Amino acid sequence: MGSETAAPPGSHEGGASPWAPAPYRVVERAQETADTATLALEPVEPAPPPGFVPGQFHMLYAPDIGEAAISISGAPSDPRRRVHTIRSAGRVTDALTRARVGDVVGLRGPYGRGWPLREAEGKDLLLVVGGLGLPPLRPVLYEVLAHRDRFRRVEIAYGARTPKDLVYYDEIQAWRARKDLRFQVTVDRAGVDWYGDVGIVSQRIPDMRFDPSSAVAFLCGPEIMMRGSAQALVDRGMSRSSVYVSMERNMKCGFGQCGHCQFGPYLLCRDGPVLPYSSVERYFALREL
Amino acid sequence: MRSPKPDLRGELREHPFLRGMDPGFLQAIEGATQERSFGTGDPLIREGEAAKEMLLVQQGKIGLELVAPDRPRLSLLTVGPGEIVGWSWLIPPHIWLSDGRALKPTRVLAIDGASLRAVLEDRPKDAYQFMLRLVPVISRRLQIARIQVMDIHGV
Repeated sequence: MGSETAAPPGSHEGGASPWAPAPYRVVERAQETADTATLALEPVEPAPPPGFVPGQFHMLYAPDIGEAAISISGAPSDPRRRVHTIRSAGRVTDALTRARVGDVVGLRGPYGRGWPLREAEGKDLLLVVGGLGLPPLRPVLYEVLAHRDRFRRVEIAYGARTPKDLVYYDEIQAWRARKDLRFQVTVDRAGVDWYGDVGIVSQRIPDMRFDPSSAVAFLCGPEIMMRGSAQALVDRGMSRSSVYVSMERNMKCGFGQCGHCQFGPYLLCRDGPVLPYSSVERYFALREL
Repeated sequence: MRSPKPDLRGELREHPFLRGMDPGFLQAIEGATQERSFGTGDPLIREGEAAKEMLLVQQGKIGLELVAPDRPRLSLLTVGPGEIVGWSWLIPPHIWLSDGRALKPTRVLAIDGASLRAVLEDRPKDAYQFMLRLVPVISRRLQIARIQVMDIHGV
């Protein structure tokens, strides 16, 4: 298992210019929901790409359109294959979600600091996830399941907008069937054909089984969801420094030069996106940020 | 062999909503409490009908649903063991404001609303403690509804 950053922050591939993306070919594509697709990419060039750790992201380039920061959602054990789950939310992401097998896109990175998995070893691990917060945490699950004996209880609470917005549906069913982790799913609203939980994901926290004095939590999703969930975990006795959040801002360069992703004193592409709640709690409350 | 009848008194005292309430108050509502069981899909409450009971969930899962003309039935919240269903029994005109349906085999403790109101009126200190438990439930559900309205997972 890697450390927080497999490649030093600011590392890149693609030659001399840190801005130049390397060509990657789409080798597999899955439609997750109406507006979200998962692309598996492999480098066109034979040279192996740098490794990555769960929680890092790439800058993906849609040719002639532009770039977007997309979290890596595949397994670190297969570093040549770079998997990304992308929701169509603008011109760049719309073009990326429409990419077909065989198409070539650009890729820079990996960038940022990932989830501190080593800190969770020997402890209970909680993942609290909202919406497209699951893709950045899926590599964590892969790593945990590959080294399951290193962790105590593993609890996941995943919330989505509706049942139709759940990504990785088949994988979730497999995770839910496992005896060595507990995977709860809730949706904000549903029709009568849904017999699962309805509400918001932080509601599941009182039901999660863990020892607050020896647990680490990773939170990823909309900021308001992370804020409520972090507070619910603190209310259950967890220390703020054991709760980690993945922050999202407008990443541009990816290596701490342009300042677009500044959040308080942090440049999230370089210092984050994963940060301890104890470091960012005060900035959550600032509306200007 | 038939399983023994659940100890309603003990279950009432141990339900998270009532745990720690004054023993005299709990004794006063014991006689107004019944156990009810529902199969998957069974309705527990129905919008527009008289809200005659407070429901304490012991087992299972209840979906609180809204129905509007020309729209599909919408599930907005599920409630499980340790939680409660409804405060319409307390607030005039005592009419349920949503439907409630069992999403799996469900068992509740049902406290007669008129009796409960009478006990609360007779025991103001206990009524205050009761409200200190009920208002946070209402507050949490209002907060949940606000976040749902924000559609935070939308683009």
